[in-house]
Amino acid sequence: MYVYDAFDRTLVAERVAEFRDQVARRFSGELTEDEFKPLRLMNGVYLQLHAYMLRIAIPYGTLSSEQLRMLAHIARRYDRGYGHFTTRTNIQFHWIKLDELPAAMADLASVGMHGMQTSGNNVRNITTDQWAGVAPDEIEDPRIWAEVIRQHVTLHPEFSFMPRKFKICVGTSSHDRAALRIHDLALRMHRNDAGELGFEVMVGGGLGRTPYLAKTIKPFLHKRDLLSYVEAVLRTYNQFGRRDNVWKARIKILVHDLGPEAFAKEVETEWEAIKNGTLALDPAAVMEIAGRFIYPDYARLDDNPPELAEKRRGDRRFAAWLDNSVANHKAPGYAIVTLSLKPEGGTPGDCTAEQMDAIADLADRYSFGEIRVGHEQNMVMPHVAQRDLPAVWRALDEIGVAGGNIGLVSDIIACPGLDYCSLANARSIPIAQELTRRFRNIDLQRDLGRLHINISGCINACGHHHVGHIGILGVEKNGEEFYQITLGGKADEDAKLGTLIGPAVPYAQVADVVEDIAAAYLELRQRPDELFIDTVNRLGVEPFKERVYATR
Amino acid sequence: MTSPLDQKIRISGPVMVTANRVGDGAVVYRSADARWSTDLADAAVTSDAAVARELLKSAIDDDLNAVGSYIAPVKRTETGRFQPGNLRELIRWRGPSIVLPAGSSVPSLVLQN
Repeated sequence: MYVYDAFDRTLVAERVAEFRDQVARRFSGELTEDEFKPLRLMNGVYLQLHAYMLRIAIPYGTLSSEQLRMLAHIARRYDRGYGHFTTRTNIQFHWIKLDELPAAMADLASVGMHGMQTSGNNVRNITTDQWAGVAPDEIEDPRIWAEVIRQHVTLHPEFSFMPRKFKICVGTSSHDRAALRIHDLALRMHRNDAGELGFEVMVGGGLGRTPYLAKTIKPFLHKRDLLSYVEAVLRTYNQFGRRDNVWKARIKILVHDLGPEAFAKEVETEWEAIKNGTLALDPAAVMEIAGRFIYPDYARLDDNPPELAEKRRGDRRFAAWLDNSVANHKAPGYAIVTLSLKPEGGTPGDCTAEQMDAIADLADRYSFGEIRVGHEQNMVMPHVAQRDLPAVWRALDEIGVAGGNIGLVSDIIACPGLDYCSLANARSIPIAQELTRRFRNIDLQRDLGRLHINISGCINACGHHHVGHIGILGVEKNGEEFYQITLGGKADEDAKLGTLIGPAVPYAQVADVVEDIAAAYLELRQRPDELFIDTVNRLGVEPFKERVYATR
Repeated sequence: MTSPLDQKIRISGPVMVTANRVGDGAVVYRSADARWSTDLADAAVTSDAAVARELLKSAIDDDLNAVGSYIAPVKRTETGRFQPGNLRELIRWRGPSIVLPAGSSVPSLVLQN
């Protein structure tokens, strides 16, 4: 866990007082909506179809049990008893009242939480691997570097009114679990030929109506230069990014129009002027930040305790959960447990107040009081002793988050879509729910293997449809909901954008189409262990397209 | 941002004016006597662009009580009542089309497709 200091607490408390005053002035008529809107957005308060929505930042996806209990309290006291975890590892409450927001924000501030920079044209919540600090393939804890950047860009006046929003992601593992290359700025830690640690810098990734994967503009950046280089990227974007057209304002358009080489040259010029200034990172300052991440005092345990093998033999559901939802930990005798927020017929990413409270209690008992949120809209208990796995599984099963479907076809990413969102053209959630019913059989899911379905209700792509193995995009045609299907996208270290397979299909046919695609894969794969994505890569989309449109 | 009043109002059937209430964001409809109501039955319905424009102007002027006023289509049902004329407005009127988590008191609309 990261321990916030007095500076952070003061900053958040001051913001609450400021917002309380702004809300009062809105109700008195002193502020019009046009004047108030940018102020509420600076605090993550949107207006959606049915109500205000409050988006709360979860920096690098890390929550303490105390914070999760507070989110349960917010859900229960100020909302309708549940919250929605997003693909940005934030949480949204969809039924919040404006007149109660200052009180809700004060409650959140008591545990160091807020909605600052979850909206607006600034640097948004910095994301990373939900297994940070515990993944066996990790070089260093990426949250340290995310926190270095977070501190620098929080309320930074130069970066509070950029051409558009700016999303940064940090990864330090060989396997990319954080979808680095769909971010405006992605920093991937690795060793250079001399064995030194540093970052590959990638810029200009993003989905939306013009999807691009981030391009490498600096293969290796020394750690000391991280902040100055990030500053140079932000300044270059701030200077050259378009402000005349909201659809062309993201950095991805600038990088594409200039070309990565020319963009990199501009960054280098800016960077040369500042690299040896105050932004050069002092190792002691980084150490101070690193020291605020408190790691558990792990017991000395052996891997694979006998009670685990015994339970696995006797319970198929437990075995499926163990195979799909439990991962190796860097500490012997421990495991990383992913909690599925993708139950059959449920809304991806939704979590009730009762579940949050129960997960917080379980985290205290079994995971050193720590919980994570991943961009795939699931939660993680990062430090579970393997000997405790049977008990943890039973407890998670009681609250409906012990699905053994992590990474499988029913582990669907979906945005809120037209059921909540004022930007959406079509619904996402009912499509996801129907698909989880169609693929309810866990044996079928395991046979299909790793298969990511991502659903967005509009071209803004909050559901990351471009990088789903199967991507589903809702569009509106003559007042009806239609859905475009893409295949072959992926968001890992071999990131790729999916290929559209043909004309959009109506709402009622989407689940049938996905079933057809899954059936075609089972027939076309060369071996049972050839993954869906590998079959699509080998054959292209044509055989799937033929299958889908042959009878439609 | 361009005001909706700066744009030419084109309507091809009956419309109403709708917005969200300032205090809680609830969906509200503009009535003929310049009030806001959460009940669609209270909405002023017109097929006349000039009348729609006046309704919209009065709604936008009431910035203290409602946010984001706009003109939306309605259609007359077999019983003679009006209901929203498209899916977006239907969802705003009746709530999400999905069953919400237990404990929620929000009405939900399970649409037939």
